[in-house]
Amino acid sequence: MKKIDKDKLLLGAAGPVLALVSAFVLTSLVLLATGVNPIEPIRLMIENAGYEDVQVLIVNQTGTYYLAALAVAIGFRMNLFNIGVDGQYRLAAMLSAVVGAAVDLPGPIQILLIVVVAMATGAFWSGIAGVLKARRGVSEVVSTIMLNAIATSLIAWLLLPKNLGVQPAGSNDLTTGDIPESGWFPAVSMGDSGEIYGFTFVAFALGVVYWFVLNRTRFGFDLRATGASESAAQASGVDAKKMILTSMLISGAVAGLAGLPTLLGDTHTYSLSFPVGVGFTGITIALLGRNHPVGIFFSALLIAFLDKASASLDQYGYAKEIATIMKGLIVIAVVVSYELVRRYGIRRQQQKVGEELAAGGAMKTEKEVAA
Amino acid sequence: MSTTTVSATSQAPKAGGGRKKLSLPWILLIVAGALALVSLVRVISGANDLTSVGQVSGALQLAVPIGLAGLGGLWAERAGVVNIGLEGMMILGTWFGAWAGYQWGPWNGVLMGVVGGALGGLLHAIITVTFNVNHIVSGVAVNILAVGMTQYLSNYTFAEAEGGSSKQSPRIDPITDITIPGLSDWMSDLQAKHWFLVSDIAGVIGGLVTELSLLTIVAVLLIPASIWVLWRTSFGLRLRSCGENPVAAESLGVNVYKYKYIAVVISGGLAGLGGAFLAIVSTGIYQEGQTGGRGYIGLAAMIFGNWMPGGMALGAGLFGFTDSLKLRGGAENVHAMLLLVGILLVLALAWQLYKKKYVQAGVAAVFAALLFLWYALTDQVPSQFVDAAPYVTTLLVLALSAQRLRMPKADGLPYRKGQGK
Repeated sequence: MKKIDKDKLLLGAAGPVLALVSAFVLTSLVLLATGVNPIEPIRLMIENAGYEDVQVLIVNQTGTYYLAALAVAIGFRMNLFNIGVDGQYRLAAMLSAVVGAAVDLPGPIQILLIVVVAMATGAFWSGIAGVLKARRGVSEVVSTIMLNAIATSLIAWLLLPKNLGVQPAGSNDLTTGDIPESGWFPAVSMGDSGEIYGFTFVAFALGVVYWFVLNRTRFGFDLRATGASESAAQASGVDAKKMILTSMLISGAVAGLAGLPTLLGDTHTYSLSFPVGVGFTGITIALLGRNHPVGIFFSALLIAFLDKASASLDQYGYAKEIATIMKGLIVIAVVVSYELVRRYGIRRQQQKVGEELAAGGAMKTEKEVAA
Repeated sequence: MSTTTVSATSQAPKAGGGRKKLSLPWILLIVAGALALVSLVRVISGANDLTSVGQVSGALQLAVPIGLAGLGGLWAERAGVVNIGLEGMMILGTWFGAWAGYQWGPWNGVLMGVVGGALGGLLHAIITVTFNVNHIVSGVAVNILAVGMTQYLSNYTFAEAEGGSSKQSPRIDPITDITIPGLSDWMSDLQAKHWFLVSDIAGVIGGLVTELSLLTIVAVLLIPASIWVLWRTSFGLRLRSCGENPVAAESLGVNVYKYKYIAVVISGGLAGLGGAFLAIVSTGIYQEGQTGGRGYIGLAAMIFGNWMPGGMALGAGLFGFTDSLKLRGGAENVHAMLLLVGILLVLALAWQLYKKKYVQAGVAAVFAALLFLWYALTDQVPSQFVDAAPYVTTLLVLALSAQRLRMPKADGLPYRKGQGK
């Protein structure tokens, strides 16, 4: 029994390791092909990550990515591809900032209100895709792509000063107005290096909740079962349509939270410069982490490292787009190496079973002979 | 013989069974009816730009890249590979097209754009066909990689070229435009008279013969060419059989992997051509982020068109038309479109009443009333809503007709050689 677990663990680790090594080699090849020193930019990035202020940036970014990736992972477990996390995240951040700026309640209630609005907005936006999928059979991939684009337009319109937006004096930026101090989430100060957003810890706590709900509750079992085989789940009494809508709503609600570490910890307002594309990065991270809460944590950390440690590469005469190329290569390397490892695992298992069967068969014949 | 049988069955939707293939007279009648409707709206609202020569020619130019991406999606999905990497392949097309275009002339640029897109397609084929990875995941990866690669390479090419920077290329020589001299002017004059229907037809014809890029002609011809190859040759039948039932195809001796590879590489090439068109014809320059999600829109146009080239072209035309409306003085034109959509909803209402579907009729009535109210109370539509219009349209079309759409049966499903044994 112990031995099988070890095998499984080894195979599980082989995928990511193989992926990272091949992504690293491929990146070096790209750098070599363009006549750039293949090792130096990566060494510089690692050196950058040694500074404490960069580390704080990386941890904060990890929290945001972790939430976005959890949102994507919930969909994945259900065999749903929520590409719309980006739209849900932006719309939720914007509307919760509007509500947060409009009211001024005592501390915890204010924060709670912002959190609830963000979750509700994200769930509403993903719910549209969920209803379309469950009721009308519209592929969630296409509908969420459309909803992302619609969210972009909707936000641009809502942010106009004549609607909900505020234009700060002497600036071209548009914001939603500032959230009063009671709505700021307490942060962990790291001295001169900045502070770690308090919401980052909420994000990691959600990872535990995610693990518990999926693996230790009936709902989680139903969700995984429907994801593995819709018809089999339906035959055992699971309402697949309801599951589609529920998981889409939960995914959207978590996506709505993804903007909050930044909103509650740093900007305290939604402006034109609020980060975009977080949802798409979340897809990469969920894939890399194999939808497992711990795996997602380490991949979020890795991607956050690539993002933040590459920012200053330009100063040394290297293009910082190297990090984007690495991200793309990592995704490809990850999915391909997982597939290869999976095939190897299956082949190994077949061999093993074959051997055991052969051995068992031999024993049986011996018994028969003895009898 | 066998080709025609397959095409007939693939067009007939499963549900109902009473729907027949549209014949040419019907199509012409529908086109004429639509034109008359637009004309009516133009006369009522006074938005005379709705069918002007410039509007139609602009719509055509904006529709071409979307249509090429959609056609690329169609080729891949007909062979059973979902291609969400169209956007990335288009980006590769813009970059390679501009890179070769500014150095060795526009037509070499077009060629390199196709090659660049096809390389993206090849990567997608390797990941999805050989390694059997989820098609959407692979597409997302291709998109990320294309963005990173082009941005990175720009630093070492365009940034060092005269007149370029790390975000845009030097100017590319244009491809020849054709204007049919007498006809174009005559049509413009006729259109300027704003007569009911006559001016609209003149505007459409004028738009099709004024400043028409040679590459546009090539792109438009690719649609009948694709129909012919996919539905009238044995090559096309085999390719489509890989998208419908690869195991059956394999049992008949079709090399499924080969056909999937060919289809996805052609798909990438078409998306790359769309990208090259954007860089060389639409703007004459490569700019970072130039594709602006057109690959996704092309995919939407293809689904809108029920995985058929004709329908896809119609979808692309619709997207091009709304884009063009927005670019040309926008708000008023789009305001007129409210009226058009309202009238269409009233027609739908009548149809549902005739079919005795009262709930649907009620919904249509409410929306039509809201649209007319909106039309009457405002005199322009916010530009942000105009941006969203094509996406909302796609979503609505999908919501209303997704159950009638029929995608290739094995589209997006994993297939491994020897599965049929």
